[in-house]
Amino acid sequence: MMIKIADAFQNGKAFIPFITCGDPDLETTRKLVCAMVENGADLVELGIPFSDPTAEGPVIQGANLRALSNGCTTDDVFALAETLRKEDGLTVPMVFMTYANVVYHYGTEKFCARAAEAGMQGLILPDVPFEEKGDFAPACRKYGLELVSLIAPTSHQRIKTIAADAEGFVYCVSSLGVTGVRSQITTDVAAMVRLVKEGKDIPACIGFGISNPETARQMAQSADGVIVGSAIVRLIGQYGREAVEPVSRFVKEMKDAIRDL
Amino acid sequence: MSNGRFGIHGGQYIPETLMNAVIELEDAYNHFKDDPQFQAELHELFTNYANRPSNLYYAEKMTKDLGGAKIYLKREDLNHTGAHKINNALGQALLAKKMGKTRLIAETGAGQHGVATATVAAYMGMECDVYMGKVDMERQALNVFRMRLMGARVHGVETGTATLKDAVSECMREWTNRIADTHYLLGSCMGPHPFPTIVRDFQAVISQEMKQQILEAEGRLPDVVMACVGGGSNAIGSFYHFIDDKDVKLIGCEAAGRGIDTWETAATINTGSLGIFHGMKSYFCQDEYGQIAPVYSISAGLDYPGVGPEHAWLHDIGRAEYVGVTDEEAVCAFEYLSRTEGIIPAIESAHAVAHAIKIAPTMRKDQIIVITLSGRGDKDCAAMARYRGEELYDD
Repeated sequence: MMIKIADAFQNGKAFIPFITCGDPDLETTRKLVCAMVENGADLVELGIPFSDPTAEGPVIQGANLRALSNGCTTDDVFALAETLRKEDGLTVPMVFMTYANVVYHYGTEKFCARAAEAGMQGLILPDVPFEEKGDFAPACRKYGLELVSLIAPTSHQRIKTIAADAEGFVYCVSSLGVTGVRSQITTDVAAMVRLVKEGKDIPACIGFGISNPETARQMAQSADGVIVGSAIVRLIGQYGREAVEPVSRFVKEMKDAIRDL
Repeated sequence: MSNGRFGIHGGQYIPETLMNAVIELEDAYNHFKDDPQFQAELHELFTNYANRPSNLYYAEKMTKDLGGAKIYLKREDLNHTGAHKINNALGQALLAKKMGKTRLIAETGAGQHGVATATVAAYMGMECDVYMGKVDMERQALNVFRMRLMGARVHGVETGTATLKDAVSECMREWTNRIADTHYLLGSCMGPHPFPTIVRDFQAVISQEMKQQILEAEGRLPDVVMACVGGGSNAIGSFYHFIDDKDVKLIGCEAAGRGIDTWETAATINTGSLGIFHGMKSYFCQDEYGQIAPVYSISAGLDYPGVGPEHAWLHDIGRAEYVGVTDEEAVCAFEYLSRTEGIIPAIESAHAVAHAIKIAPTMRKDQIIVITLSGRGDKDCAAMARYRGEELYDD
């Protein structure tokens, strides 16, 4: 069976959790991913840890640091993805989220080949804007990975251009600043999504700052999916190896809040 | 070069949130760099505020003592605020002001760039936030006080190694948080395009003056121009107007820390490999998985795991040579210049002095070396005393 990112949008609004692999350890990450899928995740973002994640707030920075101090490497994450596909039999689409240097220094070609072989569908690089896609897009295409584009509240006239060339889905950054839990989102996300759709008929998902069912539901009114990272990573930071139960409950609540839209 | 490329290096590897900000900056810079009124205002600031031109000083005692090439010092340490950093800070702040920005943010390592930014913010009536690693705040307590005295807020950065690289990361994060009224006054010839070009152009006044001064003094160009390299702003400023003069040898002195064969080093070109970080493609100290290395140098200003993209390119094409200088060699040079010439150099600049001490005796007496003394060393006295086992202050 051929898994595609588009599959994530077949069950109503998509719920997309992010998790930093190797925090607190790879065995826990494996359990967490399985539990999130069981509780309604439609697509999973697997974060490959990086020493200096410049687009992240303190919560995900902390997770990156914990994963690296425990010795988690890019090769370990490839092995984890392979296990999730082959042994755990997960069929939801999965994408890697990491930083340009992790891919570039590994060897972009080699990285994409390994990712595809491990059963991944895409790649998100928050420090690679439209202008620099050329370093990564050809290798992604060659191995059938979709390179996800991001747009931000400051993108304005760039949105349509970026969307026209986008693959998989467009990641709409809801707010200024870095990743993290926010009490409210003031950006007119509906307008952002409209501009995306004017550029291309492609799913648009909102991320950054979404931490509760109310905000998720509000965001999902205008978007095709919501992405939640810091709220989940915070639970993992708090509960460590015991995080499976609270994370499962949280994912179920979030998916339930957007399911009927 | 298109998109700020220097060979394969450079580029704009930053979050989408910042893209319009750097495009706006590039447009403004392209407009003002050729604007006679902007250049006149900058010249006025350089002359009447920063005390330019800086002297080109013939170090006669040092020359005689080493017994080889004739040594000149380009005295950037005599600028207002005591380092070359003021050149770029004035240029960028003036540009930011023209763009309608009211707030400056900056990273700092040794504190010299933070002090320069706090200074221009005070002078121009702008709000100022400086990000500095906690470790560096302890190493450079005097500079922290100077910044606060001039009205800047200094934020301690505790993430990662709590040094310069983490201060840069934190500044980038803060810029994504508040863009509309804020200019990120990046202090070195690094980061995303157009910063490496802008910083290079504002620092190029060093080699412009140097060339004129050496022609006046000696009637010919020097054989060697050398400077210390962290991100590389004083070095690129010193090299720039000599790049086409192929007979002038350009030498960048990197911080080797405890040695380039140890892990405790910050000599990026000598020990690093190709990567993408802090907005640019260049050389970085990193492990096999591309994790940025926790670099080390006694000098907070050179304690950075990357190097500006133009230096990476000058290295690739063999136009400039980059050598490593250890902590011990730099401290000896710090003491040597103080004792020999009565000039206390910044520990950063002492890395260049140390290499001159090595090569001058191997050169002929009719040859000329110009060393850029990027800053003065008052800020380093406590740390140098500690290195020699003496505590200057009771904490």
